[in-house]
Amino acid sequence: MHLEEFAEGKSILHNLDPRVKIIVFVVFSIFCVLAPGVKLPLFFLFYSLALLFIARPNTKAFISRLAMANLFIGIVWIFIPLSYKGNTYLALGSMNVSQEGIQYAVSITLKSNAVIIGTIALISTSSAFRLAHAMLHLKVPKKLIILFFLFYRYITVVHEEYLTIKRAILLRGFVPRTDIHTYRTFAYMVGGLLIKSYERAEEIYKAMLCRGFGGSFPLLDHFRMGHRDALFLLLSILTFFAFWMKS
Amino acid sequence: MDSIIRLKDISFAYNKKMVFQNVDFVVNPGERIGLIGPNGSGKTTLLQIIMGLLKPQRGTIEVFGKMRKTDADFLEVRRKIGFLFQNSENQLFCPTVKEDIAFGPLNLGKSKDEALRIVKETCDILGLNGLEDMVTHKLSGGEKRLVALATVIAMKPLCFLLDEPSAELDEDAIERVLSYLKNYASTYVVVSHDKRFIEAATEKIYILKDGKLRLLT
Repeated sequence: MHLEEFAEGKSILHNLDPRVKIIVFVVFSIFCVLAPGVKLPLFFLFYSLALLFIARPNTKAFISRLAMANLFIGIVWIFIPLSYKGNTYLALGSMNVSQEGIQYAVSITLKSNAVIIGTIALISTSSAFRLAHAMLHLKVPKKLIILFFLFYRYITVVHEEYLTIKRAILLRGFVPRTDIHTYRTFAYMVGGLLIKSYERAEEIYKAMLCRGFGGSFPLLDHFRMGHRDALFLLLSILTFFAFWMKS
Repeated sequence: MDSIIRLKDISFAYNKKMVFQNVDFVVNPGERIGLIGPNGSGKTTLLQIIMGLLKPQRGTIEVFGKMRKTDADFLEVRRKIGFLFQNSENQLFCPTVKEDIAFGPLNLGKSKDEALRIVKETCDILGLNGLEDMVTHKLSGGEKRLVALATVIAMKPLCFLLDEPSAELDEDAIERVLSYLKNYASTYVVVSHDKRFIEAATEKIYILKDGKLRLLT
């Protein structure tokens, strides 16, 4: 399981101070999500595409992530044009596809893709640990950060446990079918994972106690904000304001 | 001299299933003790009781000459006795090797520079140089084990409790651990199924079987 494939790169974005990237990302998301109409969200999409161009992530991985997210947006396209009341664009029997509905769905699609691409270009280009560290500096509650960080540290372990159980099941000739035996096996698998994770959590806590854990992780490295970071912050915020003025 | 660890009349049961009864166990300074016994005989349980991670139903725990009952009592124990877990995956929770080794010393109140110096020293001793900036979960099983040992060593404990230190290690790594124990550690308890390792590392061997602890050699 590879969690940080986008973080392995050498672009300018990869090297920016993660604190700056988080701030820009938060401002960007708020502006983008609140943007009315179609034109303004399109501008924001251009902005995140520009960042993407700078970050140059692995194309295949990027497309698969974007496709996954757009699967959910596809559901929006089924319901919104039909349920949104407005001028008829197309009549399908007793149902009405409204013009405003389509516009609304386009707007949602643009915004979601802009934010997802922004996340990949800005957030995924830092390692989970640097992000946790940056959040600590930005005064995000400590408990949330420890949760985020331990989640990141142990999700691969839980995934390995899952693979081990799956292999054990397959090695004994299991073929999934639509019957009680299959459902029971899946339930055992989930139950086994829950119990193992719980026990592991207890063990880890014990290990932390043995090393004098007192509620926080001491930090070894510190960030330094440079000219490039300040410039990026300023340019981005100005761009967002320009977008709003323009429309 | 006072003994480091003195367990008296300890009885422990997991959900009414008795693990051991009326066990006495003493570790004196300079003693190198091996603890063997069949699976499930309670070897790990005994070590966890010493660290205050499990509470026995009966008996007293005296460490460094003081009775230990509450979690607060065990704080000092945990800082001065180094416990190597059976599963290193659970012991390494920091992102990089460097941070993991520095975690203990920083919690003991060492400065950042001191902590980094300790990291370097420990890596030198165990031959882990070059791994400092590796991400812990990407290490191999044997490397994880050695790094876990390094995190314990970094706290400069007065006594070690090592649960299966040689498991998952190749010959070369086992040699490194053995030479560390022989040259740098004076007092420790090793739990292992590895007969050769126990014989090479310890001078006194106990066996825990059927709920009783007795001296083998």
